[in-house]
Amino acid sequence: MSALQKMMGWVDDRFPLTATYKAHLSEYYAPKNFNFWYFFGSLALLVLVLQIVTGIFLTMNYKPDAELAFASVEYIMRDVDWGWLIRYMHSTGASMFFVVVYLHMFRGLMYGSYRKPRELIWIFGVLIYLALMAEAFLGYLLPWGQMSFWGAQVIVNLFAAVPFIGEDLSIWIRGDYVISDATLSRFCAFHVIALPLVLLGLVVVHLVALHEVGSNNPDGVEIKKNKDPVTHIPLDGIPFHPYYTVKDIVGVIVFLMVFSAILFFGPEMGGYFLEANNFIPADPLKTPQHIAPLWYFTPFYAILRAVPPMFGSQFPGVVAMGMSIVLMFFLPWLDRGKVKSIRYRGPIYKIMLALFVVSFIGLGYLGLLPSTPLLTIAAQVFSVIYFLFFLLMPWYTSIDKTKPEPERVTG
Amino acid sequence: MSQEANGQKVDTSKRKFLIAATSAVGGVAAAGVAVPLVMSMLPSARAKAAGAPVEVDISKVEPGMLLTVEWRGKPVWVVNRTKEMLDGLSKIDSQLTDPNSEQPQQPEYCKNATRSIKPEYLVAVGICTHLGCSPSEKLKLGADSGLGADWPGGFFCPCHGSRFDLAARVFKNVPAPTNLVIPPHQYLSDTRLLIGVDTKGA
Repeated sequence: MSALQKMMGWVDDRFPLTATYKAHLSEYYAPKNFNFWYFFGSLALLVLVLQIVTGIFLTMNYKPDAELAFASVEYIMRDVDWGWLIRYMHSTGASMFFVVVYLHMFRGLMYGSYRKPRELIWIFGVLIYLALMAEAFLGYLLPWGQMSFWGAQVIVNLFAAVPFIGEDLSIWIRGDYVISDATLSRFCAFHVIALPLVLLGLVVVHLVALHEVGSNNPDGVEIKKNKDPVTHIPLDGIPFHPYYTVKDIVGVIVFLMVFSAILFFGPEMGGYFLEANNFIPADPLKTPQHIAPLWYFTPFYAILRAVPPMFGSQFPGVVAMGMSIVLMFFLPWLDRGKVKSIRYRGPIYKIMLALFVVSFIGLGYLGLLPSTPLLTIAAQVFSVIYFLFFLLMPWYTSIDKTKPEPERVTG
Repeated sequence: MSQEANGQKVDTSKRKFLIAATSAVGGVAAAGVAVPLVMSMLPSARAKAAGAPVEVDISKVEPGMLLTVEWRGKPVWVVNRTKEMLDGLSKIDSQLTDPNSEQPQQPEYCKNATRSIKPEYLVAVGICTHLGCSPSEKLKLGADSGLGADWPGGFFCPCHGSRFDLAARVFKNVPAPTNLVIPPHQYLSDTRLLIGVDTKGA
């Protein structure tokens, strides 16, 4: 027995190191037919690590003070060695986080990854998405530019639209009657410590739930139904390490190529990743001519704007925006289809999913533009399709003509 | 229900009661600790004290001009309205959501046709009642404003397209539900305006 084996034995008697490694990597059997769409979970994890690491280094020079915040970000950009790189990695990382998470969620929709027995994985995932949106929103106030200020002003005022308690609620969130230094300090506290902890915890339960039931796959058939009679290993499963760790490294390399291209050649992405107006310090007396949230929020922003005020209150729009996300939690129970994967679904689901994607992207585009009466009508049409995708799902998935699922995974 | 343990009967109902009681007391204690944490997020004593009134010299605000002053961190507009502007106010009542200022968006003494103490001076909080952006001034009448030839002058919110007239009253079919807020204010003399308190001391 080598010294290393002896040491491992010593550790294993006290901590399940080898057992954990086996359970989650070398003897975690994932379906052998993963495709392109299965890169994005591991990429999301990569971006999370990237955000945490760059974030730690940004806090070393950032000052969460209304008087100093804007200048401290410029200080990081100009005077701190490599500060520009760390800051651009963090700001590019924020947008890329949403890119991979949206693709990851779309994968779930295509292959029915939210269906029984993976309902909790999906619910934890939607919670991660919510925490991520909160994290991105809070972080956007920190540079204390014009868009930071007025974006936060608009979003916090959404809470003021809640009947009866709204006004007090928004004052409690701001810690002041207007967005001020108090708001900046608390947003910083939530952004830097509270929400990252929540996010990490949610990622852990997301993965624990995944490893409990096993991964879905592009065929949507359970690999645990066909096990080797002797070893009890799924016949269509391969150990996560080395097979998928190596596959994911390929994904990481391609992702980092795209990421670096943005980082070095267009970190502002023409105003989509960093808005031009945010290079002007916050001015509480002057709203920029056109304000729009960052691209990853615009679909929901467009839904908010599409709903006209009713009974002298903006609350219905806020409710519609909230419902557009809350509905996602119910997806596992709204879907009554006989099969999970789009490969064996009938034409109706395929059409509905395509319409849903078109409306989501359409809403995202409209949310970037100033509203005009014609565009508002377009946003209303897209919003209706968005909601019908969910609300009609029990009906259209049950009448859809599905193909029979195969016994074993294909290709 | 009872179990045997070491030959003795275990009173499980007592045990259940004790577990429930301990959990309840623990829960109350946890909620109690949360109270100061939640309360610490309310505006501090300093933030509450910062709402001091501001005094403005309005002698330099020419007819047709707008002056922005900061009160409680918000922009407050002082507009010196020309006779032409004032005459236009009554003509557009049918296009407005609340032409007679029925909603309590102004002190009692400004619940009138011009929403002001002195007809020519409009004093209004320049924060849109929709989602809190600050509307842009579009005081010029007609096509010069960029809002069409029949624009009667007023304010346009760039965020979501809400429109307000020269008495800060909201137009119909825009996202903002109510007229802009008129803050409490009073005139100390002909040219000195105090924003934040009125003669009733409010």
